[in-house]
Amino acid sequence: MIIVKDLIKRFGDLKALFGVSLTFLNGECVALLGPNGSGKTTLIKSILGMVVPDSGTISFNEESINGNWMYRQKIGYMPQIGHYPENMTIANIIDMMKDIRKGSHNHHDEELINSFGLHTMLHKKMRTLSGGTTQKVSASLAFLFNPDVLILDEPTAGLDPLASEILKQKILKEKQNGKLILITSHILSELDDLITEVAYMQDGNLVFHKKIAALREETGEQRLAKAITTIMKLDPS
Amino acid sequence: MNKILKYVIFDIVQNKIVLLYTFLLLVLSLSIFSLENNSAKGLLSLLNIILIIVPLICIIFSTIYIYNSAEFIELLVSQPVKRKTIWLSIFSGLSISLSLAFFVGVCIPVLIYHADTTGIMMMATGLFLTVVFVSIAMLAAGITRDKAKGIGLAVLFWLYFSLIFDALVLFFLFQFQDYPLEKVMVFLSFLNPIDLARIQILLQMDISALMGYTGAVFREFFGTYTGIIISFIGLFCWIIVPLLASLRIFKRKDL
Repeated sequence: MIIVKDLIKRFGDLKALFGVSLTFLNGECVALLGPNGSGKTTLIKSILGMVVPDSGTISFNEESINGNWMYRQKIGYMPQIGHYPENMTIANIIDMMKDIRKGSHNHHDEELINSFGLHTMLHKKMRTLSGGTTQKVSASLAFLFNPDVLILDEPTAGLDPLASEILKQKILKEKQNGKLILITSHILSELDDLITEVAYMQDGNLVFHKKIAALREETGEQRLAKAITTIMKLDPS
Repeated sequence: MNKILKYVIFDIVQNKIVLLYTFLLLVLSLSIFSLENNSAKGLLSLLNIILIIVPLICIIFSTIYIYNSAEFIELLVSQPVKRKTIWLSIFSGLSISLSLAFFVGVCIPVLIYHADTTGIMMMATGLFLTVVFVSIAMLAAGITRDKAKGIGLAVLFWLYFSLIFDALVLFFLFQFQDYPLEKVMVFLSFLNPIDLARIQILLQMDISALMGYTGAVFREFFGTYTGIIISFIGLFCWIIVPLLASLRIFKRKDL
């Protein structure tokens, strides 16, 4: 369970988050939507402790994440653009991650590594990989330690349709295992059968956070993309 | 900590620049000792080179290395690892590998040609200077996100400590030559790790003529042994203070 309260973050003059409060419960699959620059990635990075907020609190399983780092054992994170040490091979990266997270996670979920076909190119250096393959490595690492919470930032951007489908099936499977899944995406149509809730952000503010069923009822639209556009028309903020 | 340190050292040791640096120091030391008949004189020539080259290479290499590890740092920050552990591992990795390079390049020739207290003193000072400038590099890289600015800052720090500082002190001396400045000079020398290192070796070598003004005052003020101990404490502060300052910055940094 993640509770975010009154989160404020500025980058110089730019306000990235302006008092965002949100609660994510276990078993939910939340889509974090919003236009470019609305603060989605900043929110995610704050939850991960990569960005230090100016004020506000974040708690993970009822413990404040401030100065804490153990909670990240329970999180798998797939960044929007993965940056990896260039001279390491895929195998090096995977082994290093296993080594660093050793102790708490001795069972590894290597399903994605195999279904993406990464096991056939383990010797390749990260520098030589295409954007899509790098994304596959990011996704595999996020799921590798069987975490309770999955945070996926634009997971399907840059993936081919086949890989995208594999990832989607994997997300569905983990959702059925009762994990909390947080996804940001621009491609709304992809999220239709995955998500249970929608959080919509704009200009660093949370515009709404609703169950998908409630959203469909309110707008009378079955498809997420339509529902979102309808609600944006109704709500002129 | 040990796990990450292992990866950092493994990465640096593979780096050809560190091998080149080791080789350069080794060639310099060996050629100086074989050119000079008097190994004490050789040690002095070596000292002057060490005081210029070691800080320069250590600060530039470390700064560039930290910027190039940006991806590695970003990857680790989202994992269950303390930020302090990441930062201190990089610091230790750089210090250990550059000290190792200094040990092979300078300490071994010194041990072969001039293994007395002065020689040992010089090894200790060189190793201290190595770590001091890694620490200053951590600060330079922590201050700015921009790689070009960070490297510029590192070069500026080096220039300041090797040239500008002495020029400023001389200027200060001439401006206030009518006043008794001995105590002030002792204090000023603590503001520059390279000065501290120089004074330390010269105190040990007992060459008053070459000690310069600060050195002479230093000796008068502290006497040889207390002077050496106090200057070591000074160098130690030069490791701790920039490192802690950079750690403070890194803990609050957005990645």
